[in-house]
Amino acid sequence: MTESTYRIQGATGEWEVVVGLEVHAQITTNAKLFSGAATAFGAEPNTQVSLVDAAMPGMLPVPNRECIRQAVRTGMAIDAQINKWSRFDRKNYFYADLPQGYQISQLYHPIVGEGQIAIVLDEKNPDTSTKVIGVERIHVEQDAGKLMHDQHPTSSYVDLNRSGVALMEIVSKPDMRSPAEAGAYLSKLRTILRYVGSCDGNMDQGSMRADVNVSVRKPGEAFGTRTETKNVNSVRFVMAVVEHEASRQVDVLEAGGKIVQETRLYDPDRNETRSMRSKEDAHDYRYFPDPDLLPLELDDAFLEECRASLPELPDVKRKRYEQALGLSAYNATTLTADADTARWFETLVAEAARIQGKSESDVAKASANWLLSELYGALNRLGKTLDTSPVGPTDGAELLALVADGTISGTIAKQVFEIMLETGDKPAKIVEEKGLKQTSDTGAIEAAVAKVLADNGDKVEQYRGGKEALFGFFVGQTMKAMQGKANPQVVNELVKKGLAG
Amino acid sequence: MSIDLQTVKKIASLSRISVTDAEAEAMVPELNNILGWVEQLGEVDVTGVQPMTAVIPNHQRLRDDVVTDGNVRDKVLANAPQAEHGFFAVPKVIE
Amino acid sequence: MTDITDLTVAEIRDGFRAGDFSAREVASAFNANVATAKALNAFIVETPDSALAAADAADAARAAGDLKPLSGVPIGMKDLFCTQGVQTTAASHMLEGFVPTYESTVSGKLWAAGAGMLGKLNLDQFAMGSSNETSYYGNVISPWRRNDGGNAALAPGGSSGGSSSAIAARLCPAATGTDTGGSIRQPAAFTGISGIKPTYGRCSRWGIVAFASSLDQAGPMARTVRDNALLLEVMAGFDPKDSTSLDLAVPQWEANLSSDLRGKTVGIPREYRPDGLNAEIAALWDQGIAWLKDAGATVVDVSLPHTKYALPTYYIIAPAEASSNLARYDGVRYGQRDLPDGAGLQDMYAATRAAGFGPEVKRRIMIGTYVLSAGFYDAYYTQAQKVRALIARDFEQAFEQCDLLLTPTAPSAAFTLGEKQADPLAMYLNDVFTVPASLAGLPAMSVPGGLDAAGLPLGLQIIGKALDEQTVLNAGLAIEERAGFVARPDKWW
Ligand SMILES: [Mg+2]
Ligand SMILES: [Zn+2]
Repeated sequence: MTESTYRIQGATGEWEVVVGLEVHAQITTNAKLFSGAATAFGAEPNTQVSLVDAAMPGMLPVPNRECIRQAVRTGMAIDAQINKWSRFDRKNYFYADLPQGYQISQLYHPIVGEGQIAIVLDEKNPDTSTKVIGVERIHVEQDAGKLMHDQHPTSSYVDLNRSGVALMEIVSKPDMRSPAEAGAYLSKLRTILRYVGSCDGNMDQGSMRADVNVSVRKPGEAFGTRTETKNVNSVRFVMAVVEHEASRQVDVLEAGGKIVQETRLYDPDRNETRSMRSKEDAHDYRYFPDPDLLPLELDDAFLEECRASLPELPDVKRKRYEQALGLSAYNATTLTADADTARWFETLVAEAARIQGKSESDVAKASANWLLSELYGALNRLGKTLDTSPVGPTDGAELLALVADGTISGTIAKQVFEIMLETGDKPAKIVEEKGLKQTSDTGAIEAAVAKVLADNGDKVEQYRGGKEALFGFFVGQTMKAMQGKANPQVVNELVKKGLAG
Repeated sequence: MSIDLQTVKKIASLSRISVTDAEAEAMVPELNNILGWVEQLGEVDVTGVQPMTAVIPNHQRLRDDVVTDGNVRDKVLANAPQAEHGFFAVPKVIE
Repeated sequence: MTDITDLTVAEIRDGFRAGDFSAREVASAFNANVATAKALNAFIVETPDSALAAADAADAARAAGDLKPLSGVPIGMKDLFCTQGVQTTAASHMLEGFVPTYESTVSGKLWAAGAGMLGKLNLDQFAMGSSNETSYYGNVISPWRRNDGGNAALAPGGSSGGSSSAIAARLCPAATGTDTGGSIRQPAAFTGISGIKPTYGRCSRWGIVAFASSLDQAGPMARTVRDNALLLEVMAGFDPKDSTSLDLAVPQWEANLSSDLRGKTVGIPREYRPDGLNAEIAALWDQGIAWLKDAGATVVDVSLPHTKYALPTYYIIAPAEASSNLARYDGVRYGQRDLPDGAGLQDMYAATRAAGFGPEVKRRIMIGTYVLSAGFYDAYYTQAQKVRALIARDFEQAFEQCDLLLTPTAPSAAFTLGEKQADPLAMYLNDVFTVPASLAGLPAMSVPGGLDAAGLPLGLQIIGKALDEQTVLNAGLAIEERAGFVARPDKWW
């Protein structure tokens, strides 16, 4: 556990920032929370709307099991209390994106209670730089529709496609103390949601957005008044909001002003927050239990299925990569930061072990290094991701096996990989066709060594005179003469022998 | 608890019902009369009583996650006072 | 031959099956009565063509040997049920011109069973009222008049007053009603007909304009207990689209009708006999007790100690739910829109709702908004839900000693229109006997017991255990047989 040292230097001394996040995460489902309309992104306006979503007279909600299940699984993934008895409440306010005149949410009895998320502040030292952020609750609620203001001079247009889509609202405790912690929390939460499969984490499509609660105080004093900046949709922006809002508040306070508890909006173009004209003037939401719905009672079989279907989670996976696979902390952290990456890596390792007839721990390091340097390098260059990678984990494992069994050298492997990226051919085929097989034929290597030594008599003299650093030069020249295809170990031995000769 | 003109106006505003001063004034005694009468509930001893949640014992059923609805834009917009280009239209909102 | 419009639903059904008359003859006869009864103002929309079309379909199907439970029977539909292609207003200006693109589950079941629609029946606006004086489309007038030679217009009861008036006047053999705090039973009592509110959850609420979700229940209204039984069989049933719908098979209520009450115990709740109870009502109640004893039942005194708190509880819970349920009427997606010059969105809401809702609806929305608002929620709403639990517990404890309860339906016979308009609270007190069963979700029925000195009908209420509609209907039948209620209003309209 680490203490944040992030401080804002004001005219009156140091200030500490206090941050809590309310994250709205769209639950990955086919249908909406209370209706059978689809949830897919990007449909024509008002086509994914049922009469229930449009709040026609007499329409009634029936909850979608998958939404409940995913909320429970998410709660389990953060070691949270799962409430077997919960209930939906109505939050009443008037707005054009809210057809019912209320949002069905959970105030009094949320489905998930207190939990926690461990964030890592220094990826190289995950075990010593971990901080645990408390989660207050997770509740399930409906999303609102969308208002568009730029299509008509005097009208706003209402699209209800998102109306009724299921959201989880994940409310943290005010446990974060710096922009970095807020960013790390949101990233980690996103990682967990993607592992669990309860949210796709696509922040640019609005699948995840954060309300950022920020206050400042002199270290050791009571919490100050907070502001809430709504719907911030990237990790970077969350960090920017914390930084900007904290210093704005310090300026206000040091000028003798007061912080008003209010809702603010972040403008990424100008990197500033501004006060929002409130949606509900009086902020009196008149929550009460939705009489169209009964309490939600979860039985043991349901909970058991939720637990059994949880994947290995990132923290456990990272520790396993370090301890069982022998990876560095940094590599383990990087490989487990995203569920898809970890899945790709694990296929690669399993295939490499299978092909080479070795244990996973024997092949894990080489696999990790290749993935993080060679493959990532290439994908970056090509503007691709693991999802769209032209080389799959099985081909990658075959390439690694060719290096491991001495068929090709590491240098040749880079060439082979380039060709794989271009052609999509199997590595063995490329090695065969291009004649890239590595030789351990001592006769040929001996001849090459002899020629190198003969051509560089002066350097041989210097070496023998004590300039041992030249050893690499002879090895390099020999490899070059062998077009990189000589077994480096054999070359080493024979160069040593020749020089001693 | 007795409500005054100010409170009546506040409730009307929360309810999104515009009222004239005269209407609001007329409502003050009317609502006070009703609220005063319901306040007799306060005398009931409810120690240990859970608020009712379901009047007839029944369990919340859950739906399968299947798309069974939607794609009915014509029906959704059929009664709209103002529908344009597949949207509902409202007076311009400044956020 | 007797006038077809004097027949009960069961008689029409059976006569149609037997070939005594065609469905078209039936529909035409009722259409004719509807057309000449404008003075009652029972209908908001008349749909004679719809009734004829269903009749013709029934006639054709009968020729092909295809008979459904309600083939040949035309009925009236309370204008709270959304009917596809037919304007549905909840008697409000707000929904004037609203034509649903969907059919409520209950009305859909009735059409599927072969019934035809005579029209959409008037009601109290959004079902809020006990006299049918809150409709945007004008008061419904009861066909009944006092025998004092005067012609004072009387309330048909509410909120299902169009239904009760139309049935009593032989404009429909039966109609749908909805009951939130007595809206089936009290109008039935005022007009000398029968009506049953089943156990909460028996009838789907899907497609019925919501008033108070935890209380609203649909039910039939007709002139006989048998008609109520057979109609309820069609209307009830599990609906996966309503989360509060009960997933239970529908019993064969009609086939199991029996007025033999031997082995049954009737509870008489002492709290329903307050000081100052109308003497004629008290006498009818005593008569009802005697009838049930005569049918073989044992009678015991029981206590429902929280009865006096039922009305105030109801007038917190129902307005609270209504204030939220009616928030969707905002002029955006359907219904009226009032857009003053230069108005913004929130101004549009306030103007639309001020123009679209009548005074009683506004009053209840305001009360509901207030009792849910910050600082008052626990004192009002939570307290009311706790007292509601106590009221339900009273019934449970009473039902340890008896199988059903007998009470009056209403504290008086029908009153004059306008009589209670000025004082909302006096109007609310009308529901004093019907509201407790609503709060507890129990099945309850009103059957006519006799006439008061002014010649106006009085009703008796039977309240049953949850899901035990059969006992309620059977006791209703026992009273019906013994009361021999044949009085009907003289036609003046
Ligand atoms: Mg928030
Ligand atoms: Zn939320």
